[in-house]
Amino acid sequence: MATSRVKTSSILQGFPKSRSLLAGNAYFQPTSYESIATLSGTGASTTISFTSIPSTFSHLQLRVLGRSDSAAAAGTITVYPNGDTTAANYARHRLSTDGATVTATGTASGVMQLGRVSAGTAAANIMGVTILDIIDYASTSKYKTFRSLSGHDQNGSGDLWLTSGLYMSLTAINRVDLVIGGNWTTATTIGLYGIKGA
Amino acid sequence: MAAGATYEPIATQTLASAAATITFSSIAATYTDLRATITGTISTGTANMICKFNGSSSGYSYTYLYGSGAAASSGRGTSQTSIILTANAIQTTPTFYTMDIFSYAGSTYKTILISENSDTNGSGAVNMFVEMWQSTSAITSMVFSLSASTFAAGTSITLYGIKAA
Repeated sequence: MATSRVKTSSILQGFPKSRSLLAGNAYFQPTSYESIATLSGTGASTTISFTSIPSTFSHLQLRVLGRSDSAAAAGTITVYPNGDTTAANYARHRLSTDGATVTATGTASGVMQLGRVSAGTAAANIMGVTILDIIDYASTSKYKTFRSLSGHDQNGSGDLWLTSGLYMSLTAINRVDLVIGGNWTTATTIGLYGIKGA
Repeated sequence: MAAGATYEPIATQTLASAAATITFSSIAATYTDLRATITGTISTGTANMICKFNGSSSGYSYTYLYGSGAAASSGRGTSQTSIILTANAIQTTPTFYTMDIFSYAGSTYKTILISENSDTNGSGAVNMFVEMWQSTSAITSMVFSLSASTFAAGTSITLYGIKAA
C-alpha cells in the first residue's frame, strides 16, 4: 500500500490560520435547562395551552405568574395534558394552608388541581405563582407524575399549596392546558422549560 | 416553538470568614425570574434569616407551611420589614434554602416562593413560604442578614437568572 507524508504546513496552506479551536466562532455551552415557550394571558380566555411540545427533554417545568379576573380573591389552576378532560384518568394529593389551618387532601379519579392564582377582588398588582414539574413526560411505559409548589400572599390572606398529580396514561405528553375559573389576565405569564438528561 | 438556553448563574458568594450580611447588587433586568440557592450556617446560637430588596424595610408579607419531625403547622405575617426565610432558625448545622423571585423586574408586586430544609439527626424541619413585596420597582439588589450573630464561614449563596423564550 502506498503511503503519503502530510506536513502540517501543507494542511494549513490555503486555509485561514487560527490559534484557537473556535477559529473565530462564538463560544457555545450546551445547557440542560432550556426555555421552550412563553405564553401570556389575553384577558379573554380561561385556558392557556402549550402545544406541539417536543419529546426531546427528560422533564418539563412550568413557571406561572398568574392572575384570574373572576370575582373572587383567588382561583385554582387545573392542568389537562394532551387535551384529556376525563376525570377518571387523574388523581391528586395536596398539603396546603390558608395561613391558619393545615389541610391534607387526596382525590382519586379527579382532575389535577395543581396551583393557585390571585383573582379579581385581590388588590391590584398581586399575583399568584407556581412551579410545576412534569416528570418523564415523554414516557410511553409509565404514568406521568406532576409536582407543584404554588401560592399567593395578599398581606393578610392567601394560601400555599404543595401538590402532586397523577395522569394515568402511557401516551407521551405533547400538550398542556392550564385552566382557571374566569380569564387569565394580561399580567399573566407562563414559561415552559425543558430539562435534559445526560 | 422556539428553544433557547436559560438558567444562568449570575454570581456566587461563599464566605471565607464570618460576615453579618451577604449582598448582591447591580442585578441586571435581563432575566424573567431569579433563583437563589443558599447553604447557610450561623456562627453561634440560632437566629432568623431575612432578606431585603433594594434596601427597602417595608411592604413585605408571608404565608408559611411548616413541618417538624412531629407535626405540621402554618401561619402568616403582615406588613413586615423584610422577607423571612426561616420558620426553623438557622443553626450551626447547614440549612438549605431555595428562593424563587418571579418577574423580579416586572411592574407587578413581587411574589416569592421559598423552601427551607434542615435535618440535625433528631430535629429539623421542612418549611415553605409564599411571600409578597408590595413594590412595582425592579429588584436590583438583595441583602441577606441574620437577626443575631453572623453567617459562618462557608455559607454560600448562588444567584441564578432564569430567562424565558
